[in-house]
Amino acid sequence: MALLEVKDLRTSFKTEDGIVKAVDGVSFTVEKGQTLGIVGESGSGKSVTCLTIMGLNAKRTTMSSGEALWKGKDLLRAKSSELRKIRGDEMSMIFQDPMTSLNPVHTIGKQLVEAVQLHRDVTVRVAKARALELLKAVGIPKAEGRIDDYPHQFSGGMRQRVMIAMALINDPDLLIADEPTTALDVTTQAQILNLMKRLQEDFGSAIIMITHDLGVVAETADDVVVMYAAKVVEHAKVHDLFNRPQHPYTWGLMGSLPRLETDTERLVQIPGQPPSLLRPPSGCRFHPRCPYVMGVCRTTEPKLLATERDPSHLQACHLDQETKDREANKLIESTMAEVG
Amino acid sequence: MFRYLIRRILWAIFLFLVITFVTFVIFFMAPNNPARAMCGGDQAGPVCLKTATEKLGLDKPLPVQYGLFLKRLVWEHSLGTSYATSQSINETIKQAAPVTASLVFGGAVCWMIIGLSVGIFSALRPRSLIDRAAMVFVLIGVSAHPVWIGLIFSYVFGVRLHITPIANYANFFGAPPDSGLPGGPVQWAYHMILPWMTFAILFAALYVRMIRANVMETLNEDYVRTARAKGAPEQRILFSHVLRNALLPVVTMLGMDIGVALGGAIFTEYVYQLPGLGRTSVIAIQAEDLATLEGVVVFATIAILFFNLIVDLLYAWIDPRIRLS
Ligand SMILES: Nc1ncnc2c1ncn2[C@@H]1O[C@H](COP(=O)(O)OP(=O)(O)OP(=O)(O)O)[C@@H](O)[C@H]1O
Ligand SMILES: [Mg+2]
Repeated sequence: MALLEVKDLRTSFKTEDGIVKAVDGVSFTVEKGQTLGIVGESGSGKSVTCLTIMGLNAKRTTMSSGEALWKGKDLLRAKSSELRKIRGDEMSMIFQDPMTSLNPVHTIGKQLVEAVQLHRDVTVRVAKARALELLKAVGIPKAEGRIDDYPHQFSGGMRQRVMIAMALINDPDLLIADEPTTALDVTTQAQILNLMKRLQEDFGSAIIMITHDLGVVAETADDVVVMYAAKVVEHAKVHDLFNRPQHPYTWGLMGSLPRLETDTERLVQIPGQPPSLLRPPSGCRFHPRCPYVMGVCRTTEPKLLATERDPSHLQACHLDQETKDREANKLIESTMAEVG
Repeated sequence: MFRYLIRRILWAIFLFLVITFVTFVIFFMAPNNPARAMCGGDQAGPVCLKTATEKLGLDKPLPVQYGLFLKRLVWEHSLGTSYATSQSINETIKQAAPVTASLVFGGAVCWMIIGLSVGIFSALRPRSLIDRAAMVFVLIGVSAHPVWIGLIFSYVFGVRLHITPIANYANFFGAPPDSGLPGGPVQWAYHMILPWMTFAILFAALYVRMIRANVMETLNEDYVRTARAKGAPEQRILFSHVLRNALLPVVTMLGMDIGVALGGAIFTEYVYQLPGLGRTSVIAIQAEDLATLEGVVVFATIAILFFNLIVDLLYAWIDPRIRLS
């Protein structure tokens, strides 16, 4: 049995302007100890997907359907007390902005101890020892002296380390990392990613790594889900995705890969803006921005199907296989040429 | 923290000097001549006027007079003597201040109880019936004048329903013997209920609105989501993560509003005939007793500065970002 099996997940928000379908039929599985990358531009529904799995959306304005089977048990239909038991213990999450994710009026020690004591019946002393162990593991220098400090006394990178410590403190089976490095500078980003990789080996947790950066995916993920406008457009093993990308949107993302050799700027952006989720485009949601657009793209929504070559490689595009292979090869050759 | 403390205290001293100076100048320029008042007003003889002027130092230049005033205030803790009643102003204030303090602090407790309970509840259940009712209350509370509320309350609860007294003050520590007046804590609270409510409604309304907004905003903070992601139950999230942050600005507001509210106490004291500072100053104005009025103003200033300082310290104590800076 998979650790987490998400089936046809849908989440929409009631807003003043209407219903926003932020996640629209997303499915994937996460196996024990594996890393799933979720990539997509801003607003494609990555965060909402994970918040829905965790049950962290505001109840009043959110409607969700589908299934999120955690060790076989559907989280969407679980009681809130059951969810609370799983959250922070078996499954934990770190967020995009470390500057605002820690409570400013409590010491980090207190916040870590709380995380332990919410799930384990231990004394403050034991919990604090555990907190210290984790702070050391995530590389906080002189952790003994810093455990009673407040969040504002730490830098962004250090706060994100504290968040990671807090997420791992109960040895979770799954760690959801929502763009854990976006708010950090480049050097710190690399350090945090390395740290997460190392800790994954030590702790054996599965990871869902959310990012809009394919470079991060290439380094960390086993499987990749590419999301566009609330839907999955491509889903493959990381090796296959980088060697045989099947969707024009993925090609666009690859074209906008930051190259460390030149500079950190994106070289090619996908032209245009992601669509409004209040009134998404007809047919394929990517068609207004797609350079390969055909008549059928405007009217018919492509299904997420396996490629002929590989049943584990899913893609949703009307283009014929020959064109896809040709374009993918061109892209890879040009990338190789630039790098090499 | 230490530097913050020093800064706050220096600031309070500076404000004290500025405000007392301004007050002093205003009263200095008032057309009323204290020497004349001392010598019995219109029938004042020239000899008496001359000695009184010298005795009060009225022939000296303004800065010297201010210096003397400060010296008397700081070293002798004396606000002087009323020329109209020849009573010690310290004594007058000692009589009146506890009444006003009862009104202001009791009122503040009332408005905080209402503000916290209603504010937090409506923040947790926005658009519920209680929330809507609370917003109507806010609208009424901010637009009604205390005199009007006071009259309505005395009429309904006092005159019609006979459940509360409508006037007078009962001393908390018991009335003077043989005075025949009510006294003791129970009578005190009983006599103060209507004044408290009258006094508190405006601020209760403002605080319901402010606390509701703060709590709703804090509930959306990232660290609250973090606490949920940790598996914390809602009640714990509310008390441990939301309220402490949401109420920080309320503490500051409270310090400022106690000062503002002191001004509003005049109306409430007037309606319920409470012998507090407000009524004392109204009487002083009518009797052209400027020295007493000046004494009340200076005393109120010091009291407000003092409370603001306490609030600043309290704020620093509960907000580690200030404490550790
Ligand atoms: N609580 C909410 N109410 C209404 N709309 C929301 C809410 N949360 C998210 N959305 C909308 O849902 C869409 C998906 O948001 P989501 O946060 O999942 O994007 P994302 O892929 O994580 O983007 P980013 O890279 O910027 O984090 C966005 O259009 C967003 O505006
Ligand atoms: Mg996001």
